[in-house]
Amino acid sequence: METINIQKTKAIDQVNTRERVSRLFSRSIKNESKMQALYLALSMIDLTTLEGKDSDGKVKQLCYKASHLHYKHPGLPHVAAICVYPTMVPIAKKELEGTGINVASVATAFPSGMADINAKLDEVKSVVDAGADEVDMVISRGRFLSGDYNYVSDEISQVKDACGKAHLKVILETGELVTLDNVQLASDIAMEAGADFIKTSTGKVSPSATPPVVLTMLEAIRDFQIKTGKKIGMKPAGGIGTAKQAIQYLVMIKETLGDEWLSPNLFRFGASSLANDLLMQIMKQSTGQYQSKDYFSID
Amino acid sequence: MTKKQIWDYSPAPESTDHIQLKDQYDLFINGKFIPAVDGKYFDTINPSNEKKIAEVAESGKADIEKAVASARKAYEKTWSKMHPKERGKYIFRIARLLQERAREFSVIETMDGGKPIRESRDVDVPLAAAHFFYHAGWADKLEYAFPGRVAEPLGVVGQIIPWNFPLLMAAWKLAPALATGNTIVLKPAETTPLTAMKLAEIIQEADLPPGVVNIVNGAGETGKFLVNHGDINKIAFTGSTDVGKYIMKSVAGSGKKYTLELGGKAANIIFEDAPIDQAVEGIINAIFFNQGHVCCAGSRLYVQEGVAGEVITKLQKRMESLIVGDPLDKNTDIGAINSKMQLDKIKTYVKLGKEEGGTIYQTACSLPKKGYWFVPTIFTDVSQSNRIIQEEIFGPVLAIQTFRTVDEVITKANNSPYGLSGGVWTDKGSKIFKVTQDIRAGVIWANTFNKFDPSSPFGGYKESGVGSEGGIEGLSGYVNLV
Repeated sequence: METINIQKTKAIDQVNTRERVSRLFSRSIKNESKMQALYLALSMIDLTTLEGKDSDGKVKQLCYKASHLHYKHPGLPHVAAICVYPTMVPIAKKELEGTGINVASVATAFPSGMADINAKLDEVKSVVDAGADEVDMVISRGRFLSGDYNYVSDEISQVKDACGKAHLKVILETGELVTLDNVQLASDIAMEAGADFIKTSTGKVSPSATPPVVLTMLEAIRDFQIKTGKKIGMKPAGGIGTAKQAIQYLVMIKETLGDEWLSPNLFRFGASSLANDLLMQIMKQSTGQYQSKDYFSID
Repeated sequence: MTKKQIWDYSPAPESTDHIQLKDQYDLFINGKFIPAVDGKYFDTINPSNEKKIAEVAESGKADIEKAVASARKAYEKTWSKMHPKERGKYIFRIARLLQERAREFSVIETMDGGKPIRESRDVDVPLAAAHFFYHAGWADKLEYAFPGRVAEPLGVVGQIIPWNFPLLMAAWKLAPALATGNTIVLKPAETTPLTAMKLAEIIQEADLPPGVVNIVNGAGETGKFLVNHGDINKIAFTGSTDVGKYIMKSVAGSGKKYTLELGGKAANIIFEDAPIDQAVEGIINAIFFNQGHVCCAGSRLYVQEGVAGEVITKLQKRMESLIVGDPLDKNTDIGAINSKMQLDKIKTYVKLGKEEGGTIYQTACSLPKKGYWFVPTIFTDVSQSNRIIQEEIFGPVLAIQTFRTVDEVITKANNSPYGLSGGVWTDKGSKIFKVTQDIRAGVIWANTFNKFDPSSPFGGYKESGVGSEGGIEGLSGYVNLV
């Protein structure tokens, strides 16, 4: 295995990061530009259900919703992927056949990551064998916080190998890393070790994706591209429920990484309720009026 | 969206239908709007499209006589005699009225001066109101500002303000003078008189006694009449160093007090251990805020050699995302240059920078056809001997040098006739204390730039000025302590 040079790269100032975020978020997105953003955001969603009570029926319904977002508004894009627990991969794969929608599965003892490495690798192999196109792994935060960066890095590399052709998203669980310096370091480790995407959170820890954390990760991705030429994707997850938030993040990507990242290939929203708010706003933009939530299906 | 297209921001212009502007503005003397004695008017235009917005009465010598006489009468009859608490109430009233009409003021400020609506809305107008609020609070507490002393007003104060922050500078000048019991003749800059005239309407509405605030308009000649008037007790001026020197000479031996807030050429220093991405944002804020028309702009950038490549690359990339254009668009980052004269000055300096051998980088943005515009510009490969390092350009033009050691950068930062402000970017607290103590400048920001508060004094060393504005130090410029 190639050795990876792990070190803190540069300092991050939290106050100024917040200030930058508020400036980015004050962009005024209107008319044509807003409609375009709403469509774009829809196409970037990883429609997610990650609950202990998930059942085959629930996943089937979600898969149908993923490819039939709103029959009253033809021409809508479909979401990018469905994100489920490992046991739900076969059913999701079957339901989504021919839709062009990917199946993503969380793995590696999600959400805590508290399992033996071999157990994690077996889990990854099994979801890939079951047809998962994308694997969302969690890093070992305990090891990271105790300074064992090599362990974290090696683990990601091994999971990457186990993924084969499947895309690997590495969840940092930034709510447990606490500082922006840690977020940046964890991002660097994940990218160096082979992540295709880096992802903020599991959605099980609060806070999940916060704007300063997302900005810090986007800047890490930009720096990694400058250094290596590789383009790494980004996925904020958890707490993004409104169209307004989604558009603010699109502004953040555009002005930090550029237009190339404004695509489901390089940016995803991990969200469950976001799709309906986007649909509601799309209807508002086209009809001029808000409709009741009851007009949007809740699968 | 079937075909792949680039996502751009649609125009998001702030509406102008809520503002009230007259075609013609007269002088504001003794609580009334009156035409100039010789009936002259001059045009004020919108620098983003060169269209005339309104015409404004031009004050001659006779008008200055009237204004000063009215201020003197108001000083002796009412304002200096009034209970300080009552004075405070009037100032609070101005502050509240300004807040109520904030939206109108920010739109007019942007139309008359060319600055982006984002700045007039988020900075100029709220800060102006904050200055009135802050000083209103001091009016009846001066004994606490100057313990054991009695703070007596000076009398009639002549105030001359610049075009870069027209309303905010009016507030900086008027609020402390009013709070301390002085009466005022204010002259706004000739390119940006409108928000001061709107402020005159507020002053009328606040029912301030006639003559306490008088506003006269005009260019340098009008200013000269005011400076040289025999019955003025103090001149407060913000503007160029050349005019500041003229004022100092003119008032010498006359017994008039003066405070001068003049030019600057601030050093903004980035150390290797700085938070780089945030420092880059700080550089942008330091030099491109208000098109660089800021006396405390961070126009000399010093980057430690180890990070120079990274900082300059990132700075250039960030500059490309700046939106230059219609100042009334809520997404605009950089608006129009204030006047043709200023644009010519900036162009002259940029030409000079190239002739001196500097390497120029300008963003690829396209500029509107009409109006006065300048592309965000940086120069590298320059040295302390270059004129673009030594002289104030007052535009969106940054000159970048590198350095190796702390001592070297302190020496270079101080090697300037100016000393108004500065910036230090490092993750190390001890370095902040060392550098900020050794740099001779009035304000030095650490890991930030261009932050203002009414309670924080602002003023310069050397050719950057005499005296301070804001805080207790600012109040002291408007009183005799006995």
